[in-house]
Amino acid sequence: MPMLPDSHGRFGSYGGRYVPETLMPALLELEEEYAKAKKDRRFQTDLAYYLKQYVGRPTSLYRADRLTKKLGGAKIYLKREDLCHTGAHKINNAIGQVLLALRMKKRRIIAETGAGQHGVATATAAAMFGLQCEIYMGTEDMQRQALNVFRMRLLGATVTGVDAGSRTLKDAISEAMRDWTTNVQTTHYVLGSVLGAHPYPMMIRDFQAIIGREARKQILSAEKRLPDYLVACVGGGSNSIGLFHAFLRDPKVKMVGVEAGGLGVASGKHAARFSGGKPGVLQGTMTYLLQDENGQINLTHSVSAGLDYAAVGPEHSLYHDQGRIEYTYATDAEALTAFDLLAREEGIVPALESAHAIAHVVKLAPKLKKAQLIIANLSGRGDKDVQQVARMRGVSL
Amino acid sequence: MSGRLETTFEGLRKNRQKALIAYLMAGDPGLAETEQLVLALEQAGADIIELGVPFSDPIADGPVIQQAAERALRNGTSLRKILASVTSLRQRTNIPIILMLYYNSIHAMGCEEFCNAAKAAGVDGLIVPDMPPDEAGPLKVPADAAGLALIFLLAPTSTNDRRKLVAKESHGFVYYVSLTGITGSKLSNVGDIQHNIKKLKKVSAAPIAVGFGVATPEDASRVSKMADGVIVGSAIVKRIASHQQDPTMIGHVAEFVRSLKSAMAVG
Repeated sequence: MPMLPDSHGRFGSYGGRYVPETLMPALLELEEEYAKAKKDRRFQTDLAYYLKQYVGRPTSLYRADRLTKKLGGAKIYLKREDLCHTGAHKINNAIGQVLLALRMKKRRIIAETGAGQHGVATATAAAMFGLQCEIYMGTEDMQRQALNVFRMRLLGATVTGVDAGSRTLKDAISEAMRDWTTNVQTTHYVLGSVLGAHPYPMMIRDFQAIIGREARKQILSAEKRLPDYLVACVGGGSNSIGLFHAFLRDPKVKMVGVEAGGLGVASGKHAARFSGGKPGVLQGTMTYLLQDENGQINLTHSVSAGLDYAAVGPEHSLYHDQGRIEYTYATDAEALTAFDLLAREEGIVPALESAHAIAHVVKLAPKLKKAQLIIANLSGRGDKDVQQVARMRGVSL
Repeated sequence: MSGRLETTFEGLRKNRQKALIAYLMAGDPGLAETEQLVLALEQAGADIIELGVPFSDPIADGPVIQQAAERALRNGTSLRKILASVTSLRQRTNIPIILMLYYNSIHAMGCEEFCNAAKAAGVDGLIVPDMPPDEAGPLKVPADAAGLALIFLLAPTSTNDRRKLVAKESHGFVYYVSLTGITGSKLSNVGDIQHNIKKLKKVSAAPIAVGFGVATPEDASRVSKMADGVIVGSAIVKRIASHQQDPTMIGHVAEFVRSLKSAMAVG
């Protein structure tokens, strides 16, 4: 398998660097600095230290016995990214990028956030290193993730609402890119998923790949063999590529990325890019997009703010075309059922994003033999979603 | 490269004048008004028209142009309809027309089909703000073949390598972004602009036009002393927005453009 991406930031025909000229020097600097950091023992030691002592890695690979029994098929393991400090895998990348910002002597950090998990992770890392932090968030998302907005403010970040377009993740990214364009000399943009212009999709994948490296060791130790299936939800696609990456060279390991099916793909209210989209360019990268025939970006819908986005990471687009990863979707209703199921069977309230992965496990596991193994990435915990789910069920807290 | 653009810059140079490039969001408030505006602004002294093609996610634009794009999209403006408007305008004016559009609009139509359609309509050049020269390969070949000038941008952050690359790849003129920021920002240090343009002149023989942040006749006057052209966008679009329902809208905007041009003509 060739090294991906190539020197132009391309994963096959996907990826690249579609940004205003103002940002080009910053992206070139970031690419160079990241290449240096990657080889720098000191940087790697620092990163490993914070991931272990601050984030709490390695996260466990938990054998979900009651869920396995309930579904009556393959043996199910959960990679417990929900146990990371701040409650999701997002902190793996936030720590890595903030360490890079320090190397580049940039004292101001900005980020976009959808569900608020990346915003919280970035605000956390910025607080820990004493950096100034501003988070952009769509006003629709601020409403459904009010708890995370308050958390970010507790952490000393400024949260700026974005009232354009669909008022969700896509608009928050555009606004963060505008801020970065304006303040590029003093500011590092901590993008939260494997999206945007090169080197972001590569760098963020690398920071998240620790998930799969750990899971591979853990499953080999527990079962003395590799899993049959890996399952993860795909918004931008950072937790999924993080889990999958260490297994890409194992042809027998099947991988499934689960997108947000919203109210169903036929309704048009969804974020299933591989079911309803085609390639195009959005926010710096060439990838599958939900768009109309004129190339205007469609509004998306998902119960889960973290999956509610019109584009997907460019590396996923390549693996989709190659057939290396299968992409499917779970609807809002299926995700909510899985949310309840995991809470009751395993005592784990998953993030609504991760509940999409569990929803697919619910469909997949019963079709497999008991000797087969599934690892699902439990990318985040559901505390942030409790209020929203209560509201949807008419429960006032 | 492009006849109309070159002829315009050359004619102005002979008369020791600078080009006023007026930006309009096509379809705001409607394409019929856009066509009338193009003709009125030409009468008022605009030398080149830059037509914005509305896009749902304009990352290089500030709120004024974003909102104009939203209005244009709401009333059904599309790239194909804009090209039809340019075709119709070409029966009435010879003013150079440049499209400013995000790459996905082109990609959705296909680079080759788009370039052929744009040329046939009478478009002279293209500005694609999210397409640096590094990513221009698939568009460059059909644009060159059709005789459309691909105009690239340079910014205050650009290094000497980037200046050389953009100077080499840009046709028609080089678009110098006056500030690190988005459209409609406030004009920053004029001394810096002058300094950067001097550096750019060393590597580029093409005319240099300065945009982003030019909002008043005074700004236009100052910038026109350093560059070959001045691009005014948000300040025009803002006036269109505030006179949406007003029958004198076109007159207001034309009057503003006249004030810009007469400020530039001095010196």
